[in-house]
Amino acid sequence: MAVSDGVAKGPHFPYTVRVEPRLETSRWLAPLTSVGALIVALFIGGIVIQLGGGHPLKSYQHILKAAFGSVGVFNDTLVKATPLLLVGLACALAFRMRLWNIGAEGQFFMGAWGASAVVLMPLLSKETPQPIMLAGMLLAGFACGALWGLAPGYLKARFNVNEIVTTLMMNYIATSWTLYWVFGAWSEGGFQMSRMFPKNAWLPRLLDYARDVPAFRGLTLHLGILIGLLAALAVWFIVYRSKWGYEIRLIGDNPRAANYAGINIVRNTMLVMMLSGGLAGLAGMSEISGVVHRLQGAISPGYGFSGIIVAWLAKLNPLAVILVSILFGGLILAGREIQPSGVPRMLQGIILFCVIASDVLLRYRVRVVRRGE
Amino acid sequence: MIDWIVILQAGVATGTVLLFATIGEILAERSGVLNLGIEGMMLIGAMTAYKTAVLLGQPWLGVALGMSAAGALSLLHALVAINLQADQVVSGLATNFVGIGLSLVLGEGLSKAGAISLLPSWTVPGLSAIPILGPILFTNHNVLVYVGYALTPAVWFYINRTRPGLHLRAVGEYPAAADALGINVYRLRYAYVFAGGTLAGLAGATISLAVAPGWFSELTTAGQGWIAIGLVIFAQWDPWRAMAGSYMFGALRRLILDLQGPQILLGLSNPFYFMPKLGFFLQMLPYALTIVILVIGSREALKKRLGAPAALGTPYVRGERGK
Repeated sequence: MAVSDGVAKGPHFPYTVRVEPRLETSRWLAPLTSVGALIVALFIGGIVIQLGGGHPLKSYQHILKAAFGSVGVFNDTLVKATPLLLVGLACALAFRMRLWNIGAEGQFFMGAWGASAVVLMPLLSKETPQPIMLAGMLLAGFACGALWGLAPGYLKARFNVNEIVTTLMMNYIATSWTLYWVFGAWSEGGFQMSRMFPKNAWLPRLLDYARDVPAFRGLTLHLGILIGLLAALAVWFIVYRSKWGYEIRLIGDNPRAANYAGINIVRNTMLVMMLSGGLAGLAGMSEISGVVHRLQGAISPGYGFSGIIVAWLAKLNPLAVILVSILFGGLILAGREIQPSGVPRMLQGIILFCVIASDVLLRYRVRVVRRGE
Repeated sequence: MIDWIVILQAGVATGTVLLFATIGEILAERSGVLNLGIEGMMLIGAMTAYKTAVLLGQPWLGVALGMSAAGALSLLHALVAINLQADQVVSGLATNFVGIGLSLVLGEGLSKAGAISLLPSWTVPGLSAIPILGPILFTNHNVLVYVGYALTPAVWFYINRTRPGLHLRAVGEYPAAADALGINVYRLRYAYVFAGGTLAGLAGATISLAVAPGWFSELTTAGQGWIAIGLVIFAQWDPWRAMAGSYMFGALRRLILDLQGPQILLGLSNPFYFMPKLGFFLQMLPYALTIVILVIGSREALKKRLGAPAALGTPYVRGERGK
């Protein structure tokens, strides 16, 4: 029979591979494919490193040691993970509604600028007590980021303007805007950076408490990580436990049904873009106030773009974003020393490719069946 | 003084970069595949072309290899977006990351390469004597500018007046119907994504071997791939409008440079000369203008009920209903 089909021309083999749609997916499958995709990506990356004349095993060993090898470097990994966490949340939230906010980088810069304006303009005087100063910076950072997200959100909601391109264009405008202030009014002695913030504008760090807890000596982890963790819980609650989150998910999954159900898509588009931008703005504030302590042109090694990958690898789950951002924090930290400098960037791209390619396993299953079955 | 002829002439030269990238994206989108990886493909093209010219001294071979490299990268996007039916936005972004990363890795140290032989420039005898248009369109332009003149009407004719062009539109508008007619949807989409990728590579090579020779890592393209994606929407997927938009952006880039030069501007002292930091606002202009033309394009599309190819962004799954 097989021969009459004209299919089996070679030696007869009793089994065949069949790809068929999955009717249901089990809970553990999604995280499992993510991990699998990550492993495949590292393998491909290894091949590329090998071709480029490096040693893949040594490189990965180096990354592991440089990112997670001791309390000191793990501290640095967490510091790098903090902005990634907030930016990853920003992307995860917007992507859940299928709003492609790829402007987190610009919103990050605007958040940093807003927080700096509080200190440098100054909107609050130098003698402001630390909690009020930090609250002011937090608010300003969130507001500026939110504004930067709202503008494309408004255009999308009102005129159906493609948000992918607008959010990206807003990135370039935000960096130029920041540079204008860094080179101009806020420049310190003509250098491309502002003056150092006073201590009351610094987020508290673990090392500030080294006198009471000696183990904290030299640890630069700052309050920003707590902001990030709280934000993750908040976003998780909003998306999975609130009525608003239900609307967001419904619009993301089936906008037409959402429209028929009477959900206000225009308002939700603007609100989600605002919150998303605000979260990315918080990342900028936290980085400026917790790590850099001044405004300058180079405050982000592309956090906003890494956030996209973090969100996707976490399957848009806010709690999973926490884990993934720590992983990526390590990659960025260790990646700084890898030459040439494009390697971490490329590795991130390969990871993203493997993750989306692996999604196919969530929708289809591959079965080995007997011929003629 | 600002010389408008010079600005427009430079606009045509610089705009040729955007023209290639935009027409490439139009071809891919007309077949129903959104390709957000243009920026990365342009960078790969620019790097490969420049590196070839530096190492082998062959700019034309550089153009060919740059186009091939970008085309190869676009096949990665095609595989994930067409066969694996992944989200085209995310796949495009991933292509971008890989393209940027790879070109930074392979372009390491390339920025220090000395003078190399570039693509030749031509002045068309006769046509260049036409007043105003002659100097703008036909004087001392690099060869690829003239390729752009030929490509635009050719692609327009191909899409709108030929049978393969009809198939292209069918695949982008209603792939299930096209499939029923015996058109191979997957193969055509692959072909046009690849064509778009090679054109993005050509755009990159135009930068690094002709318009702004050299390799300046990510600043080589500076977001022009993204502007091209915006231009496609402004152009309503039409090559002629893409040409107009591209040259306009090219002229704007040159105008921004020229505005910062003279001490006296329109009889007044030039603020951009005396306060160089205002230049940052000038640098925002192309990106702000992209947003403006997007709004114009989108409103127009709403009013005329024109729009993107109906199947743009949706993977075609044979045997599935409603797509």
